[in-house]
Amino acid sequence: MTLNSTPPPRPSPIKLNVDGVRAWFGTNRVLHGVDLPIAERSVTAIIGPSGCGKSTLIRCLNRMHELSEGARSEGSITLDGKDIYSREVDPVLLRRRVGMVFQKPNPFPSMSVRDNVLAGLRLTGSLDRTRADDVVEKALRDAALWDEVKDRLGAPGLGLSGGQQQRLCIARSLAVSPEVLLMDEPCSALDPSATSRIEDLIHALRATYTIAIVTHHMQQAARVSDYTAFLLSGDLVEFSETNRLFTSPRDSRTEDYITGKFG
Amino acid sequence: MSGDQARSHTGERLFVLLAALAVALPLLVLLFLVLAVGHEGAGRLSFDFLTSYPSRHAERAGILPGLVGSLWLMVLTAVIALPLGVGAAIHLEEYGRRSRLSRFIEVNIANLAGVPSIVYGLLGLGLFVRTLHMGRSVLAGACTLALLVLPMVVLVSREALRTVPLSLREAAYALGATRLQTIRHVVLPMAYPGILTGAILALARAIGETAPLVVVGALTYVTFVPDGLDAPFTALPIQIFNWVSRPQSAFVVDAAAGIVVLLVTMLLLNGVAIYLRNRLQKKIS
Repeated sequence: MTLNSTPPPRPSPIKLNVDGVRAWFGTNRVLHGVDLPIAERSVTAIIGPSGCGKSTLIRCLNRMHELSEGARSEGSITLDGKDIYSREVDPVLLRRRVGMVFQKPNPFPSMSVRDNVLAGLRLTGSLDRTRADDVVEKALRDAALWDEVKDRLGAPGLGLSGGQQQRLCIARSLAVSPEVLLMDEPCSALDPSATSRIEDLIHALRATYTIAIVTHHMQQAARVSDYTAFLLSGDLVEFSETNRLFTSPRDSRTEDYITGKFG
Repeated sequence: MSGDQARSHTGERLFVLLAALAVALPLLVLLFLVLAVGHEGAGRLSFDFLTSYPSRHAERAGILPGLVGSLWLMVLTAVIALPLGVGAAIHLEEYGRRSRLSRFIEVNIANLAGVPSIVYGLLGLGLFVRTLHMGRSVLAGACTLALLVLPMVVLVSREALRTVPLSLREAAYALGATRLQTIRHVVLPMAYPGILTGAILALARAIGETAPLVVVGALTYVTFVPDGLDAPFTALPIQIFNWVSRPQSAFVVDAAAGIVVLLVTMLLLNGVAIYLRNRLQKKIS
């Protein structure tokens, strides 16, 4: 007989493990040794005030950080137990396993809806033409966009509304069948109704993908995520299950932030 | 307050007026030039003029060798300068690290764009005609013109590449595209209209160049058209210059007609470029 009526959540295996990651832009250190386990098939939210390093952290996870001028990082990040920064790992191949959705919807302006979905496969020369239609339909269905665009797949991707464009970008990421989906403030350029559609979508995607989402919007983190990490000035202040972090934070800085005392 | 506003309104109107004047003046000059030249050369402009060779008799002289020579030069210059220029721009913009060396190269390309064309002519004479034994051929002329327009092609292409937003490159990288795939399928297609505009401006400059061609040994009186890369040649501006410098006034009419041909060729070239650019842009937006 236990007091708890709901069983404790089954701990899922760790998909991505961040261990002591430090990151720099030139001589400016923006991450000071962050540890963060990201569990498989769950949503991990990274919250914190502007400039706390949350975007940098997520960009380290698919090695996009190092593409910026003068950017570098140290520490270890493992995907399925393998170091993604080791010499044998090709960052290009890594990014096909770890997809990314950006702050502002960025469909390719010269391409139609359909071509945008296929862009990843086309760019990398791995498109099987006979399967193209299936890929497009599946990715758009998974991104909850199919019903809205199925009659205008040939229309330019930029002709869609902002929220649709962002779901198109999600479909584009899904089309290359990644295992992990990184989302860098995916709703910050969207209106509330488009935002709630994306949040529903994140919920649905959790069954298949490991998701890490950066957001400055605390309610969003509370709504969509299973785990939440609070980052402040490049340090990880607190990491726990989302419920616990928002209801009984251990650190006073976390409490101040989630109660709106700063940020 | 209202006095200030009234004054700023007057200032505004004056500025608009000056700006309009700045547009009108060059247009008027150009119009005058075209009309004057057109009027003077009208008598000689005919199909025969385009298909005849130069002659000692002004009324029988034609511009065929100059026209064909110029077309040869244009095509060859484009074939040489565009891949080199765009390639250099891609390297500098997409692969080059910001370093002292790259800044040094950058400044020097800008400087090269300002070097007088006669200097390029002398370089062409020394390098292509003599050292590389191309002789006074149409190829040597095209190589010289290619060198001349290369800095401009590089500068404009870099500018065009720079306008492609970072967010689109990142989108491609995040999908697992390599740098080459990103450049080929995302960056270049978006930069094409800009590159094309620059290429045309550069070629339009090349078609009007006279001095470097004279130095590399373009002929002034040719009764044949080039039949190969190693053939001697002449070009429109050289033919025009030749006619203007004749003592007989009848040749001045030929020169005027030649200028009309040169202008029309250039405008056609620009027209094609604008058409292509608009088509590409429509595809993008």
